[in-house]
Amino acid sequence: MDTMNDRLVIAGREFQSRLWVGTGKYRDFAETKKAIDASGADVVTVAVRRVNITDRSKENLLDYLDPKKYIILPNTAGCYTVEDAVRYARLARAAGVSDLVKLEVIGDEKTLFPDTAGLIEAAKILIKEGFIVLPYTNDDPIVAKKLVDIGCPAVMPLAAPIGSGLGIRNPYNLKIIMETVKVPIIVDAGVGTASDAALAMEYGADAVLMNTAIAGAQDPIAMAEAMKYGVWAGRLAYKAGRIPRKLYATASSPIEGML
Amino acid sequence: MTIQVNGESRGIGDGHTVAALLRELDIRADRVAVELNLEILDRRDFETRSLREGDRVEILSFIGGGAE
Repeated sequence: MDTMNDRLVIAGREFQSRLWVGTGKYRDFAETKKAIDASGADVVTVAVRRVNITDRSKENLLDYLDPKKYIILPNTAGCYTVEDAVRYARLARAAGVSDLVKLEVIGDEKTLFPDTAGLIEAAKILIKEGFIVLPYTNDDPIVAKKLVDIGCPAVMPLAAPIGSGLGIRNPYNLKIIMETVKVPIIVDAGVGTASDAALAMEYGADAVLMNTAIAGAQDPIAMAEAMKYGVWAGRLAYKAGRIPRKLYATASSPIEGML
Repeated sequence: MTIQVNGESRGIGDGHTVAALLRELDIRADRVAVELNLEILDRRDFETRSLREGDRVEILSFIGGGAE
């Protein structure tokens, strides 16, 4: 299969890469850029924060990530209320060029699990305002369905808590989500290494979004490349269709012709 | 006159527009969002929108971030 022609489409927009990456936690912008290039990702998530007005020598992330070359996906990270999430989404739209937002309404500092009730409420408000809302949600199929029902063109269920590197904690729920909703599923947060990304894709995810697994690796650039191949391998295996699991052996060499 | 910019007091000339403030701070207007007294401004209004004593201005832009 030609991976270049296996495009992901969300809300009429075409995405080249099925690996999406965050831009936080890198040593500097140069390392961020190198890792993103190694990952092959064309979607990069960014946060919205106050500009440092006292030290204007600080470089701007967009000096390194040309918005014409990458799809900039602003998030509402750090927002714990519907009001804050909506405010940050609006600010992101005002600062940027598109209506895309990765909507996060965080419920708790320790787990960073989504507040799904707040998420649905914030998504409703933003969709009404014309935003393309990609919601960061938990691995609950019912919540995923509700998000789609109110107009989210994709859902982003977590594999495990943000930054935990635990991998996919509940593959069965993810599979149920994939069977339940008919929009693209982007597994977001919690992957630790390339096999986690491959697994997510083998289960049928349409894309995987990660940050810490790459930025926090001992060699982020090498891990970014590993993640690229992990996502490709998983996607190819999913499309190829794996063999069923069986308890007993089946010989792969013929019996016929033996002495 | 004195206004608040990103939580800090700052003296600026009377009648300054949002665009003039951004130029004074050496900030590219095409890369930021500006909130004036909790109202998010349209970038096209930066040149015409004047600031007044006591205004609270927030200037935000994109930084590195994944989630949290």
